[in-house]
Amino acid sequence: MATVAEKGVEQLDAATVRFCGDSGDGMQLAGTQFTQTSALAGNDVATFPDFPAEIRAPRGTKAGVSGFQIHFSSHEIFTPGDAVDALVAMNPAALATNLVDLRPGGILVCNSSAFDKKGLEQAGYETNPLEDGSLEGQYKLHSVDMTKVTRDAVEGLGLSVKEADRCRNFFAMGLVFWLYDRSLDPTLRFIEDKFAKRPDVVQANTAALKAGFNYGETVEAIHTQYHVPKAKLEPGTYRNIMGNTALAWGLMAAAKASEKRLYLGAYPITPASDILHELCKHKNYDVMTFQAEDEIAAMTATIGAAFAGAMAVTASSGPGIALKGEGMGLAVIMELPMIVINVQRGGPSTGLPTKTEQSDLLQAVFGRNGECPMPIIAASSPGDCFDTAQEAWRLAVKHMTPVFLLTDGYIANGSEPWQVPKFSDLPKIPITHPGPLNEGEEFNAYQRDEWLARPWALPGTPTLEHRLGGLEKQDVTGNVSYDPTNHQHMIDTRAQKVAMIAEDIPEQAVDGATEGDLLVLSWGGPYGACATAVHTAQKAGKSVSHAHLRYINPFPKNLGDLLGSFKRVLIPELNCGQLSVLIRDRYMIDTVGLNKVQGKPFTVGEIVEKINELVA
Amino acid sequence: MSVETPLPVLKPADFASDQEVRWCPGCGDYSILAQMKKVMPTLGVPREKVVFISGIGCSSRFPYYMNTYGMHTIHGRAPAVATGLKTSRPDLQVWVITGDGDGLSIGGNHLMHCIRRNMDLNIVLFNNRIYGLTKGQYSPTSPLGKRTKSTPMGAIDNPLHPLSIAIGCEATFVARSIDTNVKHLEQTLKRAAGHKGTAFVEVYQNCNVFNDGAWSYAKDRDTKAETTLELEHGKPLIFGKDRDKGVRLNGLEPEVVELGKGITEDDLLFHDEKSAEPSLAYLLSRMRHEDGFPEPIGVFRSVDKPRYDELINDQITQATSERGPGDLDKLFNAGETWTVE
Ligand SMILES: Cc1ncc(C[n+]2csc(CCOP(=O)(O)OP(=O)(O)O)c2C)c(N)n1
Ligand code: SF4
Repeated sequence: MATVAEKGVEQLDAATVRFCGDSGDGMQLAGTQFTQTSALAGNDVATFPDFPAEIRAPRGTKAGVSGFQIHFSSHEIFTPGDAVDALVAMNPAALATNLVDLRPGGILVCNSSAFDKKGLEQAGYETNPLEDGSLEGQYKLHSVDMTKVTRDAVEGLGLSVKEADRCRNFFAMGLVFWLYDRSLDPTLRFIEDKFAKRPDVVQANTAALKAGFNYGETVEAIHTQYHVPKAKLEPGTYRNIMGNTALAWGLMAAAKASEKRLYLGAYPITPASDILHELCKHKNYDVMTFQAEDEIAAMTATIGAAFAGAMAVTASSGPGIALKGEGMGLAVIMELPMIVINVQRGGPSTGLPTKTEQSDLLQAVFGRNGECPMPIIAASSPGDCFDTAQEAWRLAVKHMTPVFLLTDGYIANGSEPWQVPKFSDLPKIPITHPGPLNEGEEFNAYQRDEWLARPWALPGTPTLEHRLGGLEKQDVTGNVSYDPTNHQHMIDTRAQKVAMIAEDIPEQAVDGATEGDLLVLSWGGPYGACATAVHTAQKAGKSVSHAHLRYINPFPKNLGDLLGSFKRVLIPELNCGQLSVLIRDRYMIDTVGLNKVQGKPFTVGEIVEKINELVA
Repeated sequence: MSVETPLPVLKPADFASDQEVRWCPGCGDYSILAQMKKVMPTLGVPREKVVFISGIGCSSRFPYYMNTYGMHTIHGRAPAVATGLKTSRPDLQVWVITGDGDGLSIGGNHLMHCIRRNMDLNIVLFNNRIYGLTKGQYSPTSPLGKRTKSTPMGAIDNPLHPLSIAIGCEATFVARSIDTNVKHLEQTLKRAAGHKGTAFVEVYQNCNVFNDGAWSYAKDRDTKAETTLELEHGKPLIFGKDRDKGVRLNGLEPEVVELGKGITEDDLLFHDEKSAEPSLAYLLSRMRHEDGFPEPIGVFRSVDKPRYDELINDQITQATSERGPGDLDKLFNAGETWTVE
């Protein structure tokens, strides 16, 4: 029997692991634990959970395959990785749907117990790929009867067969933890914590996890362990964070920084629901959450809360945002501050509810009746959601306008290490409400300041009684007005107010030279893939730079000049070219689109390939 | 020693905004506005603490004419806007002004959920059985067969009865009044304002332009005593010019009976607005003139139940007292963190 000493440890710069199995197999948990452990070990990490729209598709079918990919590295990374180095497949359907992403020569761990006649049939295999030689020589295949080894490991703990089998994911995790030289401690702590009420389950999961680890250590067929050293991140305290959590915390931070109650009006929809779930846990932070009867009510309740003086927020996804459109128009004409969050997913209609897309951009820009401008900002990564939320609120209150905040399913569910900020270091968001008037003074609800913002007068303040409404307002007084020239003036003023925000936001930064052959212009979730691809091209000596937009309406004021300084502009987007439409319209320059609508994020390779096609 | 400055005594005129009222001359809305202005100074609520929220429709112009805080919002959504406002600011007195089309058609869903939450709101639904602002299409309360611009051959939708809907949603306060019955209307609005919880008031309102006379049976001096019935808590259901008719229960069905000839007041149904069980209130809401019944006006139901605006704020208070006020640094650092030197 091989001993530990005989097994070699190979140093790696980075690796990508994917767990996949039936949606009941606990793959998301395995992925999250592996991520957490890698982050705690000091790696930079990026993750990509991928789950089916059906909560429980028939067991063992391709429709029910759930996956979780983790990229971990000893240097800074921005994506969950293109090719998979190690794939854990808990059943034939998972193997059939995920094998394409495993790189040649990669590690393949399969749960052979699921490769029975029925399982193979459901996945469309005529012969058993673990035995018919089709995988041989191509991958480092480890076929393990996980059912048997897990049952053996938990024997004597008094678990039912079903309960015992449920520990299989911990066995698989243990084995992968061994492969990548990971400590079991964080997961052991997690098990203790999570199953505190069931000591037998704690014991069983612990036993399964250790069995997996020991399996790697003792089984002769596995010769090598891999080690990915710590990444050199900026000094500080870190935690791993998911986009939706970061967004919720960013909202809470903004509320505190502006001394406001946070009010969320929401109606459940994937992938935005977790914002509601997160915020309703924190009522002791003076957070009020309202699960409305529909998105229209969520939106309009948000308007009521904004009028009341709260930091009002609503969060949804495509179909829900469509319902909110009328309410947003009201918010725009009322010139009340609030945040409308769209965690985009695949459309049209219900589309691909659990998959990512960026195709609601034009809806955000144009999807309301009338001339109805709203500032739009977009988050670029899970951690960036925290900052974007605060920035959205800063703009909303300073300029007295609803602000659109775009993220997407990929950012919302993905995770990355996040440098934990100190609240006292975060920017304050000052808000002033007018107080009671002196005798003889008159309150004008649409009197404007230098930013064209009107006063945010709160009900309850004597002498400021006023009426807002959806009918056109006379400038200054706020009275209803059908005067044609006033309407023109108000349309122009609301547009100008939003356009002026360009003076209040940073100029567009560039990664690379400020002129050259190609500028990759991106927004939202593709940030990481574009950054990595551009770095690759730059290393290869190409004249390529990268500009990533946070502000989409208005655009940063130097954007036009910047775009003009490059021979070509490439815009990769997970839609059919929506940012391209805006850029071409605004700056009259031809852009090259790289467009993908498959419910999947860009790989770095796809962008590198396009860059290579455009620049020698 | 602090000196109490007495609240200024306000008059109805103090609640009038400087905006010109633009309803058609003769519209029932004027009367409702006038009674509201009359009630306001009697409520002991300072003007700045009052907010009127409406949807869209002729009735929904209402907030512009009140010198309080107000929002004229979008079609049917006023209950939802009011929800956000009232839960954030329970200190405010919030009124929702809506119409039969606004509240029951496009806003039916919001109305239903608003009522069942029992927030401390006062909802006044102006029922003119027609769409006024869009110039005369039938509404969800228009009778079957009603010929309008959009139903030249007669409406084929069964009408909704606002109070039945409200009671079905477990409303804790339900009342009905009539625009021209000014004393009654004033009293009804006052009682609604005093109710803690959602008060739902239906007002029969005449649209003299598109549906003139829709409620004439209930308003005309000659007929109203026979076609309406004024509800009084603890009193038997008696009506008629000579107060010689009543309503009694025959099994689960109401029936109109004549007093005398062996039938006494004691045989009649006694009104109990405090009944925990809403079935009788529902039964009253079903009594229609066209079925030969007098239509009750007054308070159908007035019971106490927990209120959403209190509960949602109580949860925040409770969470804060149990866990202490939130500390963001603690939250950010909770769970597994690591340090890079
Ligand atoms: C979304 C939307 N759909 C339609 C309209 C047009 N609209 C305005 S008022 C109204 C009907 C209002 O009827 P009701 O509530 O009975 O009010 P009334 O005018 O009779 O007081 C309609 C359909 C609108 N403003 N918004
Ligand atoms: S249309 Fe009817 S409801 Fe509207 S203002 Fe005129 S009379 Fe009143």
